[in-house]
Amino acid sequence: MARMKFLCDADRCIECNACVTACKNEHEVPWGINRRRVVTLNDGKPGERSISMACMHCTDAPCAAVCPVNCFYTTADAIVLHDKDLCIGCGYCFYACPFGAPQYPRVGNFGGRGKMDKCTYCAGGPQADNTRAEYIQYGANRIAEGKLPLCAEMCSTKALLAGDGDIISSIYRERVQRRGYGSGAWGWRTAYKEGVRS
Amino acid sequence: MRALILTLALLLAAPALAQTVPSPFTARDQAPAEELELQRALQGGTINGRVSIPDAKSGNLVQPEGQNWRLFHNRTLYTIGFVAVGGMGVVLWLFWSMKGRIRITGGPSGRTLTRFNLLERANHWMVASSFIVLMLSGLNLTFGRYLLLPLIGAEAFTSLSALGKLGHNFLSFPFVLGLVVMLLLWAKDNLPRMADIEWLKAGGGFFNNAHPPAGRFNAGQKGVFWITVVGGGLVAFTGYILVFPFFFTDIAGQQLAHMVHGVLAMVMIAAIMAHIYIGSVGMEGAVDAMTTGEVDYNWAKEHHSQWVDEQLAKAPPAAAAE
Repeated sequence: MARMKFLCDADRCIECNACVTACKNEHEVPWGINRRRVVTLNDGKPGERSISMACMHCTDAPCAAVCPVNCFYTTADAIVLHDKDLCIGCGYCFYACPFGAPQYPRVGNFGGRGKMDKCTYCAGGPQADNTRAEYIQYGANRIAEGKLPLCAEMCSTKALLAGDGDIISSIYRERVQRRGYGSGAWGWRTAYKEGVRS
Repeated sequence: MRALILTLALLLAAPALAQTVPSPFTARDQAPAEELELQRALQGGTINGRVSIPDAKSGNLVQPEGQNWRLFHNRTLYTIGFVAVGGMGVVLWLFWSMKGRIRITGGPSGRTLTRFNLLERANHWMVASSFIVLMLSGLNLTFGRYLLLPLIGAEAFTSLSALGKLGHNFLSFPFVLGLVVMLLLWAKDNLPRMADIEWLKAGGGFFNNAHPPAGRFNAGQKGVFWITVVGGGLVAFTGYILVFPFFFTDIAGQQLAHMVHGVLAMVMIAAIMAHIYIGSVGMEGAVDAMTTGEVDYNWAKEHHSQWVDEQLAKAPPAAAAE
């Protein structure tokens, strides 16, 4: 099986936010929740880079490690998913996540968190594939349809790559070789304990 | 032969190739992502940028500190909890099996004197009952996944934990109110005195069946009081930071708040376990103080001799002579 990853080529990202919009629309993500966002580093300064960031579907995922109710699971494609029927909205995954991926609807008292929501790599959740129940809880399941995540498919400059880690990293390496520069794959060291070189 | 020459030529050309092909990570005014992530992970802190969505906290691109928090939660806190709570359990069990119940040496006299009035007792039980729920639901977040989840199954465990979370959030309010009332009622009797040093030197009399003199509260009880009020206050303060996410502080602040909350709570639980033991099965006559509020005269004379003297001095002469 493939080892699915995201790779954002920061030298190509133009901060158009199409990935963010595509994600929100595809999964009907509610207000206040962003499964994906574009972060601009050194905004307006030399060396400005924009990076589209969502759940990186980490190897040995920190969210899964700290979850008190053990609601996370990893698919055969190494996609990290969670069961909203088990989640209690404690917020621990948010403290542990290096990428700020977990999102919580605000429900009830105080800053009370509802059940956590995050990028599913367009792979839905534990419900039966492409059912209404799955869509309401997790959004579309494109992986079950043989498609890749929409954010990357939608990317106009092909900055955001999704797919098997070996393939997307070789695409990125080839680009870097050709153009002679590259600021590296953001999040890879943290998420996969490796850079794009290996 | 041709293959060999080709291989040799390639091998010789390799260093030259490496020089002509630019390094894949030539920085254009910026160090590579990998290096920056490593740097930040080593220094602590986050990699921040600007976002166009109205959610400032999502500008946090990478926060390697999350890994440290993970280690704290899964290893440090787990170990501290295991040692503090489990260790206290073992200590109490050993004490029980060696000493048994501490009896009133002189036997019950039949005469009683009032130790805690209704307000004091009601307040104690408000704090105590909310503490029990806070403690169990809190311990559940650290240990439940390993101890309870395999026993009762995922769905039942989630229902229980969700209920626990609700209880944990709401019962903090009566708990804190109780702490404030407790402070007002008992602080003056819990200020350290010279007798406390003697009491501590005698080991509270736990090991030699002695009864070192003590006022209304002995040094051990004073310890429990201050652990409850100060520790409980800090645990509540850090807890409220977590109940209102991002209202008071950022992600790093919340991680720190959780760490303080977790460690202090474990220490408190251990201390309160000892308190529960000695206030119930561990000592004859002790539990009356918090149920009826009337303690036996001989019990009071043995454990709080100075307090009894004070009470007798205050009482009208007729009652004292009785």
